Amino acid sequence: MRLLRIVPDDTKFDFMRFRRISFPVSAALSILAIVLYFTHGLNFGIDFEGGTLIEVQAKSGQANLQTMRSTLGTLGLGEVQLQQFGGPSDVLIRIAQQPGGEAAQQAAVEKVRGALGSDVEYRRIEVVGPRVSGELLYKGILGLFAAIAAILVYLWFRFEWQFALGAMIANVHDLVLTLGFMSVTQIDFDLTSIAALLTILGYSLNDTVVIYDRIREMLRRYKRLSMPDLLNISINATLSRSIVTHVTVAMSLLALLLFGGPAIHSFTATMMFGVVLVGTYTSVFIASPILIYLGVGTGRTEHVETPAPAEESPEPPKPSRASPAKARP
Amino acid sequence: MLYFSRWKALAIVGIAVLVCLCAVPNFFPASTVAKWPEWAQRRMVLGLDLQGGSHLLLEVDAKDVKQQKLDQVRDDVRRILRDAKIGYTGLAIRGDTVEVRIREGSDAQAAYSKLRELAVPLGGGLGGQRSLEVNDAGNGLIRLTVTPEAMTERLRQVVEQAVPIIEKRVNALGLVEPTIQREGADRILVQVPGLGDPEALLRVLGKTAKMEFRLVDTSNSAEDAVSGGRVPPDDDLLYEANRTGQKTPILVQKQVMVSGSDLTDAQATFDQRTGEPVVSFKFNSNGARRFAQVTQENVGRPFAIVLDNDVISAPVIREPIMGGQGQISGNFTVESANELAILLRAGALPAKLTPIEQRVVGPGLGQDSIEKGKLASYAGAALVVIFMFATYGLFGLFANIAVAVNVAMIFGVLSLLNATLTLPGIAGIVLTVGIAVDSNVLIYERIREEVRSGRSAISAIDAGFSRALATILDSNITTFIAAAVLFFIGTGPVRGFAVTLGIGIATSLFTAFTLTRLIVATWVQWQRPKVVPI
Repeated sequence: MRLLRIVPDDTKFDFMRFRRISFPVSAALSILAIVLYFTHGLNFGIDFEGGTLIEVQAKSGQANLQTMRSTLGTLGLGEVQLQQFGGPSDVLIRIAQQPGGEAAQQAAVEKVRGALGSDVEYRRIEVVGPRVSGELLYKGILGLFAAIAAILVYLWFRFEWQFALGAMIANVHDLVLTLGFMSVTQIDFDLTSIAALLTILGYSLNDTVVIYDRIREMLRRYKRLSMPDLLNISINATLSRSIVTHVTVAMSLLALLLFGGPAIHSFTATMMFGVVLVGTYTSVFIASPILIYLGVGTGRTEHVETPAPAEESPEPPKPSRASPAKARP
Repeated sequence: MLYFSRWKALAIVGIAVLVCLCAVPNFFPASTVAKWPEWAQRRMVLGLDLQGGSHLLLEVDAKDVKQQKLDQVRDDVRRILRDAKIGYTGLAIRGDTVEVRIREGSDAQAAYSKLRELAVPLGGGLGGQRSLEVNDAGNGLIRLTVTPEAMTERLRQVVEQAVPIIEKRVNALGLVEPTIQREGADRILVQVPGLGDPEALLRVLGKTAKMEFRLVDTSNSAEDAVSGGRVPPDDDLLYEANRTGQKTPILVQKQVMVSGSDLTDAQATFDQRTGEPVVSFKFNSNGARRFAQVTQENVGRPFAIVLDNDVISAPVIREPIMGGQGQISGNFTVESANELAILLRAGALPAKLTPIEQRVVGPGLGQDSIEKGKLASYAGAALVVIFMFATYGLFGLFANIAVAVNVAMIFGVLSLLNATLTLPGIAGIVLTVGIAVDSNVLIYERIREEVRSGRSAISAIDAGFSRALATILDSNITTFIAAAVLFFIGTGPVRGFAVTLGIGIATSLFTAFTLTRLIVATWVQWQRPKVVPI
């Protein structure tokens, strides 16, 4: 039986050359994402903004958005958004936070129920008061930072500090780009988005760690190899694994995206972008080459008499010695 | 790496089979499982998003609690000064403090030391925090301030007292398996699976249900009080709503004749003459005695039945009511009579509770989500299985066995923990399939590399395992940290995702380190391969 080989054996791509392209591109994209974040903002769901979400299903099988919109418009509830959700009979109604504290939110639900009557089935009602939404947002942001910090500490113990720092820069890059994606697509940003971000964090790191592990092994094995060559070998050696793994993860996500229903749609779409598109690119084109700039293996040249103890002393012993890392600003 | 002693191999297979078996109860209906021995009954719980239900977060109204506390301090001050026969003026609540001015300067010292007795130590007397701060502001002015610590303590007590009352109310609605738990210092989370009418739950839990029987003041006109804005000092201006929601003002005496805490029973029934829904009630002996006395003395006058400062009805007392039983008729529907009876039986909450978060999922949506989750899982699994087989052939088959065992073990562990399965949780399992596969991919790719570097088949397999496992451990721990953080910050469905992801990582580590290795080792011993078929 002939087995499928997506990546041929012994590839020798010069990934390091691309750092002259990938770094500026990533920097530009990150800045763009940050600008987008401030101009377009995120489409905060009710988890973080408070308000009311009602999912209804028309019993007739066909929801008339027009009539519903005009019916609900007369209730004096401020901004009411209606949106087709899944099939033609399902409508998602979003009502902004009502002034007048917690009790006013409940009153809004009562009004909508009164207006729509029994023509529809109420499939989901979510009311989040102003206090809870503030806390959820705070907890979500706190969680993201806590996760980044915890992972950093772990990597610092397992590798040298440059690796931890490199992984963190790569990660923040992933998160920033994903936030940019969310602000371009205006995907609902809610609690599950925080879950998606954290998972992207975990996965992208997972990938980075696999390559870092190999780089560390290579650093020990080949004392005389120049740093760009060493990184290229490491990435090429793990390339097949990276591709195969991401194809399987992408397949799982695709199944969730196609069949998982609208409730987890924004979650899987975000994951697809973050894990498959950004995570893979980052670990190859950002996380690995950045090690050069962070000073891993500085002092390595092809003709050093005594092998530089690269992994024991990450500090460059003689900074004056020209190395590929120093060649660039 | 490729040698397993017989006992070790047995232990690995044994653990895997045992954990997988734990998932078995989930495939039988609950009624069947209930007949099994207790140790075999552990199973997964479907989250509210999958089986439908209500999630309601209630918060104790801190303002209400503070007001109660200040009222109590004011009443205490009045009582103490009266008992001590000390003259005072201007006893009032200002902000967080109760102020009183002692009329005679010579009494000020005595009053101060008397009032200081109100400040009792908190938490068993150690630590020095007191319930009140009593200050002599000079000129006979004494200020009593409720300390933040005392407020915290009181909030804690209120939550503690409220939980059993909420339990009684929820149970009385006839709901199955509600969970009621404290959240933080001043919140209570109520989760009820599969509730048809979430509004009823809200109505029943949103009321304090403080019931009072008070006399109506007939000597003053309620209309005058409304138009003139002057309410007699011993009265409260309350309203009675009729069937159409129209409100009539009624002046009701402040003095409470009999309170709801003296009720022993309340039932929704029908009036024998009119056939209207009513609530019948029964007093305890103390309440019955008071009720008899009051009705005896006030025949011909109306009295008001007040619930949370709303007059439910204000009937005229036709004859003394001696037996300690009576009925309330107040424009009820069958439903509202039933709800009032539930409230009266369960008793009043110690303070007002405000719903600050409500999430309701209808059973239809839950069923849909289960089906969509199943479909997505099957489709994802099928894609991955085919791809793995196409890529690694026989070894892909080994990986698929490991992944299947993995998913079964996740269900087993979830059942053991009685964990909640949510829709994001299902997503977590689907993603775990990806992770489990990754472990195998790492190993196999490493084996391929070792083969290319010129090792013999067996030596390459051995080296592949030992080198890949270190990487697998490192990479999975980082993902696990993310899952752990998600577990601690997450609520509801998100937490469900963290749980399945975390368990999935643990089981995939187990299979990668033991089961996959065991399968490959067995195959190597059996076939003695010269080339690795990957």
